[in-house]
Amino acid sequence: MNRQLAGWIIALIVLVAVPFVHRDPYHLHILVLILIWSFAYTSWSIMGRFGLVSLGHGGFMGIGAYVTALLWNHLGITPWIGIPVSMATAGVLALIVAYPCFRFRITGHYFVLVTLALSGIVLQVITATRDYTGGSLGYTPQRAPSGKGLIALQFDDKTTWYLIALAVWVVGLVVWRAIDRSMSRHAMEAISEDEDAAAAAGVNVTAEKLKITMISALMTALAGALYCQYQMFISPDTVSGIAVSLQMVFAAIVGGVYVALGPTVGAVITILLAEVLRIGFGTKAVGWDNLVYGVLLVLFIIFLPKGILGSLIDLVRSPRKPPRGHEQQAVPIARR
Amino acid sequence: MLAVEGLVKRFGGFRAVNNVSFRVEKGEILGLIGPNGSGKSTIFNMLSGTLPPTSGSILFDGHEIAGLAPHRIINGGIGRTFQIPRPFHRLSIFDNVSLAGFYGQGRHSRAKAEEAAEHALAMVGLPTDRHASVEGLGAAGLKKLELAKALATGPKLLLADESLGGLDEAEMDQAADMLRRIRDELGITIIWVEHIMGVLMRVVDRVMVLDHGEKIAEGLPADVAGDRRVIEVYLGTDADASLAAAAAAQARRRIGA
Repeated sequence: MNRQLAGWIIALIVLVAVPFVHRDPYHLHILVLILIWSFAYTSWSIMGRFGLVSLGHGGFMGIGAYVTALLWNHLGITPWIGIPVSMATAGVLALIVAYPCFRFRITGHYFVLVTLALSGIVLQVITATRDYTGGSLGYTPQRAPSGKGLIALQFDDKTTWYLIALAVWVVGLVVWRAIDRSMSRHAMEAISEDEDAAAAAGVNVTAEKLKITMISALMTALAGALYCQYQMFISPDTVSGIAVSLQMVFAAIVGGVYVALGPTVGAVITILLAEVLRIGFGTKAVGWDNLVYGVLLVLFIIFLPKGILGSLIDLVRSPRKPPRGHEQQAVPIARR
Repeated sequence: MLAVEGLVKRFGGFRAVNNVSFRVEKGEILGLIGPNGSGKSTIFNMLSGTLPPTSGSILFDGHEIAGLAPHRIINGGIGRTFQIPRPFHRLSIFDNVSLAGFYGQGRHSRAKAEEAAEHALAMVGLPTDRHASVEGLGAAGLKKLELAKALATGPKLLLADESLGGLDEAEMDQAADMLRRIRDELGITIIWVEHIMGVLMRVVDRVMVLDHGEKIAEGLPADVAGDRRVIEVYLGTDADASLAAAAAAQARRRIGA
């Protein structure tokens, strides 16, 4: 355990040192994007790993980005307040959508469809209120006058952003791990298998599912707000809508939803893939990354449902599974 | 301890349970028998909150619990097993039970939940080591796990649903003894649903017989077994069942299992 902790601390020190050693702005830019999206994908997998497959997270991300930017541009509210407000907005929306779903036992494919509608609705609202949001042309938070960067949460240098994104990414992992070690995880595993049996064990099924959904939605909104502040340009296609939701599902599944770093591995793969296609093929390859995602997603769900990292860890930890030795132990004991 | 008045459950036009009333006294084992489809499991599902009753009242320790959410009923002191065991395959045997210990007893502390799990597992005779997988359990083991989960929620009243289906005779006797021990040692009141009548009659204090959703008899096992209506609707099918069981036992002997 202590060795693992030491490993994490060393890895963290190395990660913090990166921008001070390697100053290439393009590489730092890619790293910041990877960290922000890793955090978003981790947020998705917090509920996705329990079979609560949401295609609505693009909506939460869009709310995080747009509410923060709108509050700043129209009311002059600093993102330091705007971001919590945007997270709360996403939380309320998650509650409105999820409570009836969980209360009336809308599960599986039907739940996915409801969340898909949520993505669509948020996208439509952003496009329809184009007088405020710029519609599909996108939206830019107003530049803060010089010297006010901290209040506006706008920084020009990549190192600052890298450190912010790194901190948030670490927080995401800490939350993931805290849930993973809590009784809530057991309750959610039980719920994902059999809601009636979980309730018979005393679990408040609706409340547990809501709790995990709220955590996931709040974190995703934060990811959206960060993306907005970093890129200083948002459009419905890049932070909201169904495409973004699908991208989250894809990245999380490819990396592995059952391990803490799975979504991060997914982010590294998807972002590098998009960059390689963009640089290698330029405008000839517009949209290719989505095509590749789609094909890979099908292959992964069929052949590697635990994702790249999940499967690798399985391989390293137990090269060959002991031939179900525990069964031979448990059977005679159970029959006694 | 439990007072049920005029309990009705309707599924569309079909009355699965029709105006059933009964009482359970503290410390007794009440047997609930009846042919398939007579409404036994439906009554259990209403007592444990899995199904809301159409009408009627269920007083548990003086509180009305009809229609409450299942987790509130479980936390209030009723534990239940399912007719077909429903273990959580993704959790270890121990985690299955400690989950019930944690959420079934007001989520106090993990240490307490694990203690409850250890006691429950020891009571039913399952291994208490932390990592044993559910996949290794046979029919008898799964039923024990089901019982351990119910016990870990700290019930005052245990609803045991058909705990003997799918067991051989030795296993049945053990399971029946186990229920008696749970009552004697832990002081838990038990309602036991079963359609294998023989074993049940040895253990229970009182029996209630259901047919087509209605109560047709209630009383001491000896009296009920002699009741003409009971013999008509019930023992006939039981005779068929024991014939089937004998045939199955013979077949098993033949293949040498």
